[in-house]
Amino acid sequence: MGMPVSAMSKLAWRNLWRNYRRTLIMLLAIALGVWAMIFMTALLRGMVDDMVRQGISALPGHVQIHANAYRDDPSVMHSLPAPDKALLDVLNSEQVLAWSSRIKVPAMISSEYDNAGVSLIGVDPDGELALGFNANDIIEGRFLSTAGDNGIFVGKKLLHRLETRLGKRVVVMSQDPENAIAERGFRIVGVFEAELKNLEENMVYAGRDVVQNMLGIGTDVSEIAVLDFDYRANDGLVSRIRPVAPADWEVLSWVELDPYLGTMMRVMNGFVLVWMVVIFLALSFGLVNTLMMAVFERVREIGLMRALGMRPSAIVYQILVESIMLLVLGLVIGNLVAIGTIAPLKDGIDISVVAEGMEMMGASSMLYPVLQWTDLLLANAVVIVLGIITSLLPAWRAARYRPVEALSRT
Amino acid sequence: MNVPRRKGSALGLSFRLAWRNIWRQKRRTWLTALAMIFSNILLVFMISLQFGSYEMMINNTLRMFSGQVQVQREGYQDSQKMRQVVNDIRDLAGNIREMFPAASVAARANAFVLVSSEDRSFGTQLVGVEPDQEPGISSIPGLLTDGRYLDDPDAPEVVIGSVMARNLKVQTGDELTFLGSGRDGSFAAGVLEVVGIFSSGSQDMDRSLAEIPLGYFQEAFAMEAGGHVIALAVDELGAVPAMIGPLKAAIGDRDGLVALDWEELMPGLKQAIQADMTSAWFMYAVLIVLVAFSVLNTQLMSVLERTREFGVIMALGIKPRRLALLVLLETFLMASLGFLIGMLLGAFVSGYFAQAGFAYPGMDELAAKFNMPPVIYPSFDLLSIMLGPVVVFIFCLFAAIYPALKLYGLRPVDAMRAV
Repeated sequence: MGMPVSAMSKLAWRNLWRNYRRTLIMLLAIALGVWAMIFMTALLRGMVDDMVRQGISALPGHVQIHANAYRDDPSVMHSLPAPDKALLDVLNSEQVLAWSSRIKVPAMISSEYDNAGVSLIGVDPDGELALGFNANDIIEGRFLSTAGDNGIFVGKKLLHRLETRLGKRVVVMSQDPENAIAERGFRIVGVFEAELKNLEENMVYAGRDVVQNMLGIGTDVSEIAVLDFDYRANDGLVSRIRPVAPADWEVLSWVELDPYLGTMMRVMNGFVLVWMVVIFLALSFGLVNTLMMAVFERVREIGLMRALGMRPSAIVYQILVESIMLLVLGLVIGNLVAIGTIAPLKDGIDISVVAEGMEMMGASSMLYPVLQWTDLLLANAVVIVLGIITSLLPAWRAARYRPVEALSRT
Repeated sequence: MNVPRRKGSALGLSFRLAWRNIWRQKRRTWLTALAMIFSNILLVFMISLQFGSYEMMINNTLRMFSGQVQVQREGYQDSQKMRQVVNDIRDLAGNIREMFPAASVAARANAFVLVSSEDRSFGTQLVGVEPDQEPGISSIPGLLTDGRYLDDPDAPEVVIGSVMARNLKVQTGDELTFLGSGRDGSFAAGVLEVVGIFSSGSQDMDRSLAEIPLGYFQEAFAMEAGGHVIALAVDELGAVPAMIGPLKAAIGDRDGLVALDWEELMPGLKQAIQADMTSAWFMYAVLIVLVAFSVLNTQLMSVLERTREFGVIMALGIKPRRLALLVLLETFLMASLGFLIGMLLGAFVSGYFAQAGFAYPGMDELAAKFNMPPVIYPSFDLLSIMLGPVVVFIFCLFAAIYPALKLYGLRPVDAMRAV
């Protein structure tokens, strides 16, 4: 190449600072762009993560097993018998974090003042807690103690709507498999608060054995909810359960159970990339401009170097090294500022002014930015790769000057 | 250049000078203008898409059922209690109808009941409606897939959503029984004939809405002449604020009644829009600032490379103010170029999608959550087209202030010696 790398980079570095104002402005622009890429992505990831977390805890579980017809018609008619040995072997294996079988049927709940439509959920309390039911959300009384607990556990908002309180009795009506009305009185033993207010209004929890008894369904359940170790990859779990479940059962991961969430995750990945590329494009005009100006100012100099025997490829190299230095410097500042601005927001950003809007989207009123290494890498890769490609144009122009012509320019 | 005799010609001269100056570095000017054009196209498209989708979100949600304004008893919105009644609701609705001839006005009553078919029972919302007024407020009467809408105000008939019909396993002509409690806490029950089934596209509505005639509702639930809600709908959302005042005056003599506009009826909708707006403007701001940096860089370079030239001009007695104005004028011309081309191309893109509709993969699932169809039509109006480019334009002019100010520090003698 004629010139040692160290000399070339020293030259590039000096060239970079010959017009320090221009370099500083460009550096500022790159750093701002990189910061915006990473910061915005962290906010979006935080929001989607929160939505997924809320969604999975409302389902609950990463994988659920139902009778085929249940999701379309969530009635007591489409129940499952208790799991058999083959299924139990899979559910109790090491690859499953927790599982529980539950009953979930539409019901009507009445106090002496009012009534409301709810989902009656019959649970085994230990299993429900293992699935991730948050015991900290209990604001009054207690959670159910056993599957045979005679009490009922309701949301705060429902409690207000029914104008009742802890310790009072309510009547729950639903239908049994013969379409006769199944009805039972329960005493309210506990009240919960949920981040998503519609859960507070729509979910009531009772002991599984008690609900099975009330509905007259023996040991049948509506669904089996299974918790995996990571929400990002649940296909393995689905494919382990599928072979041991009867053909008229469906085994689905949360991505399929809640298509809104599943799509949100996918769309967000695409959006993050689009956002980064858009920001880069906005930067690229300035980048090309800066390098073009640098080349233009140095036409004579480049001509001289060519006349002294420097090959065109070395000129291209020279400009590219200068551009890479600019990009890397901008990236370092951008990354540092991004990490520095995200870190203090670790405890969450309070966005409760738009809480009801966030709830419509399925997110809560605290936003926790999530900085993923892959996003950081992606942002840096986008800037470096596209940056080098963009710099090829000015570099190629510089290499094309013919020595004699260039030297004669003023 | 002496003191100009006619202001017009001096300005004309500056203009010509500025225009020539920006073309001295053709490539640089075009690159800077391209940065503006790129951002402007993007902004015009994004903003018109955004406005279009908000409009659709609001309209679809409000027109489907709730209306833009509702009169209810104070507190009903939150607790929806049977006893929070608007008395003589049809008379009041009639008065309001006379006040606002352009609006549709309909009275409703709500109750929560257990409905049962032969095979199934569900808890659901039963809404008593005025069969002749309801179609003016809500799109649901027009979305029947089977049977007919209600017509007799006192008949025991019901129109239900398609998902509910499927879950209850009923068709038109079948009977449903309902069980609930009346306004006075008495037992309310009856048998209804399913006369129509609607499919609104909103899962929530199709699953949980059942409409019966208001007259029959009042009788069955011991409501006397009362109801719960008077819904108003107008063609233009912008007409709503002007209605609230007179409406409040009209209901003022009735104690405990309130008029709520759509933002109060659906705070979630407004806040979802606010949240989306905030994050969108954060992104736009970054884009705009990056373009402004581009302009700053270009103009700073163009000032610095002309140091000698400016030195000579100043030595000839031209004040720095004139030169600073020249730099601003150059920026103005360059920004106008980006503004015009960017806005035109952006309008072209938006206009195309306003006709053809815009969708991206995965949008169906996301749109359904907000009562939106899987295709968005960007709003194609002056505001959504101009807003982005105007902001870009202003920021570009701001960006030229620093380079222009540099001229004030210029000393002719030193400047003439500069390389």
